[in-house]
Amino acid sequence: MPEMTYRDALRKALSDAMAEDPDVIILGEEVGRYGGAYGVTKDLIKDFGPGRVIDTPISEPAIVGAAVGAAMTGLRPVAELMYVDFLGMAMDQLANQAAKIRYMFGGQIGVPMVLRTQGGTGRSAGAQHSQSLEAFVMHTPGLRLAMPATVADAYHLLRQALKKPDPVVFIEHKALYAMKEDVDLGAEPLPWGKAAVRREGRDIVVVTYSRQLHYAMQAATSLSQQGIEATVIDLRTLNPLDFDTVREHVERVGRAMVVSEGPLTSGVASELAARISEECFDFLEDPVVRIAGEDIPISVSTALERGSVPGPELIAETAERMLA
Amino acid sequence: MNKPMAVNADGTNSDLLGFYRAMRRVRTFEERVGELFVRGGTAGSMLHLSIGEESAAVGVTAAMKPQDTFTTHHRGHGIFLARGADPKRMMAEIAGKESGYCRGKGGSMHIADMGLGHLGANAIVGGGIPTVVGAGLSARHKKNGAVSVAFFGDGAMGQGILYESMNMAALWRLPVMFVCINNQYGMGTRIDQATANTALHERALAFGLNGESVDGLDVEEVAEVALRMVDEARAGRPGFLAVSCYRFYGHARKDKSPYRDPAEEEAGRKRDPVAFARARLIERGLAGEPMLDMLDAEIGAEMDATIDFALSESEPPLSSMFRDVYDPSETEPEPVRTRIERVLARD
Repeated sequence: MPEMTYRDALRKALSDAMAEDPDVIILGEEVGRYGGAYGVTKDLIKDFGPGRVIDTPISEPAIVGAAVGAAMTGLRPVAELMYVDFLGMAMDQLANQAAKIRYMFGGQIGVPMVLRTQGGTGRSAGAQHSQSLEAFVMHTPGLRLAMPATVADAYHLLRQALKKPDPVVFIEHKALYAMKEDVDLGAEPLPWGKAAVRREGRDIVVVTYSRQLHYAMQAATSLSQQGIEATVIDLRTLNPLDFDTVREHVERVGRAMVVSEGPLTSGVASELAARISEECFDFLEDPVVRIAGEDIPISVSTALERGSVPGPELIAETAERMLA
Repeated sequence: MNKPMAVNADGTNSDLLGFYRAMRRVRTFEERVGELFVRGGTAGSMLHLSIGEESAAVGVTAAMKPQDTFTTHHRGHGIFLARGADPKRMMAEIAGKESGYCRGKGGSMHIADMGLGHLGANAIVGGGIPTVVGAGLSARHKKNGAVSVAFFGDGAMGQGILYESMNMAALWRLPVMFVCINNQYGMGTRIDQATANTALHERALAFGLNGESVDGLDVEEVAEVALRMVDEARAGRPGFLAVSCYRFYGHARKDKSPYRDPAEEEAGRKRDPVAFARARLIERGLAGEPMLDMLDAEIGAEMDATIDFALSESEPPLSSMFRDVYDPSETEPEPVRTRIERVLARD
C-alpha cells in the first residue's frame, strides 16, 4: 500500500472532488498562490485556476458568509478558516446563518458547504492559534462536524463531507499534517457517521477522536504490556455522533473513559461522559472518567503547552488506576 | 410586478401608476401587519414596519430580473412584497402559521422564498450581506446573468461584514448590489449619532464600487438610478446605493419613538413617497382622485383578507419541530422526551 501524509490525503480529496464536480470551489486566505498556510491546497490553483481556488482578503466573516451564499445558489464551496481559533470572527455566519437557514426557511433550501479548518496544540502557536473549539460547533444544531484522526479518514471524510446536503465543519489537527500512513484509498471506507473501533479489548473502553486517538493507541499498547486490554473508539464525526457503537462496547466492557483535547468544562468529553452515564448506567463498574484539556488558555512554552492537554501517559495511568 | 400602466404627456410609457400601486400595497400590507396583533395575539412579536420606505422596495425591485436574487434585513416585508410575494402567505408566515412561506418557522425576520430569489431576511444586522457575495460568485461561475442584491438599513453601516463584502465584490467584480435603505435610525440612534460621515455612498467609492445616494421621496428617481446601477452590476461593476427616507413609526411594534423630536417626525412623515407619487399622477393627468381612491380600496380589501387568512390558518404541527434541522434524508434529532423515556426504561 502506498504511504501518504495526512496533508496529501486532504489535498487529494479536494483535487478529486474538484475534478469530479465542477461546482466545487475553494475560498479562503492564502489557499491559492501560497498553497494554504499548512500546504493542504498546494498547487490546486494551477490545476483548477483562480476562478475555483479563490484567494480572499483577510475577512473571515465574509469568507464564511460568501460560502453560505454560494452554497445556496448552486455551488459546493469549501471555505477555509486558517485556524479554528478564528471561528469567533466567523461565528455569526456559521451559527446564525449556515446552521439555521434550512430550518428557518422551512426546509426550502440547504447550505451544502464545507468549512475546512485546523485546530489543536503541538506547534507552540500560543493561545490564539492552538485551541480545540469543536464543542462550539457540536453545540450548534444544524452543523455537521468531522474530525479525522487518520490519513485514510482525512481523505474519505472530506470526500464524504463534500457530498453532504448540510454544512459540515471539518476540523483537521495541525500536529497530524506530516503524519504518514500506508493507505489503500481504493478500499471501501466506513460510512459517514460511523465510529471506528481501532482496537478491541476486554478491560476498558477509551472513546476519543482526532489526535488523541494516537495517544490512546499508544496508551493501549503500553497497557497491554501490563495485561490491560483496552477498546479504543475513534468517533470520526461528532455530528452525527455514533453513540450506538460507544454503547455496545461500554455495555460489553463495563468501564469507560473519554479523551478529548478541548477544555474539560462543557466540552465534548463531558457530553460523551454524560451520555454513557445515562444510557449505560447499569453496566458501569466505575464512574466514567473524562480526560480533557485543562480549563486554561494554551501557552507558547512547549512545556506548558504539552502540560495543558492529555497525552498517552495520563491516559495509561488513569486506566491503570481505574482497573487497580 | 410593475408593468407600465399609463402614458406620459409626451407619449412615453410611465411606470408611475404601477409604482404607486406597488407602494400602496406595501404600505397597506404593513398597516395590516400592525393590526394583526390587535386581533391575533402574540405570534411573531418581532415586527418592524417599512412605512415611509416604500420607494426603496419598489424602485429597486423594479430594476431586478427574474433570475436575480436578494437578501433583506429585519425590515424587509416591503421588498419581498414588491418582488412579487403572495401577501397572504407572507402574513401567515408573520403569524407563525403552517401555510406561511417558511411553514411558520421563520416569521417576519427570516422569511425567504427561493422561487422569487429571496435568499432570506435576516435578524442579525448585516447578516445577509455576504450572502450576495456568494450568490455573485455562483452567478459568475454559472454564467447565468443573475445579479444579487443585499438590502439593509443604515444601522448595518456600522457592521464590519458590510465592508468585507463590499471589498470582495469590488475586488472580484461580482454582479452584486448593496442597497442601504437609510431611514435615518438604527433602532433609536439617529444616523448622525452613529457615524461622522453621513454621505454613506462615499464609503463604497473608497472600495472601488459604483456608489450613489438617491432621495427616496421620488420612486421614479430611485427606479431610474437603481436600473442603471443594477445593469452596471450585471456587467461586473458592482454598486452601492443609499436610498434616503424616513422611518415613519417606531423601531418595532411597541416603540413610540420617545427619542425623536415630534417636529422632526412631522417633517419626516411629510416626505411620503406614496403621497408624492399620488400627487404626481394627478398632476401629470395619469390618474384622477376617484380612480386612485378605487385602487386604494381594492388594495385595502386585498390586504384585509391577508389577516383573515393568517388568523384562520393552522399552527404547524408539533411533530414538524424536528424537521429540517438537517436534510430530510437524514435522521431527525431525538426529542428530549423520547430520550428520557429511553433512559428511564432500563431494567
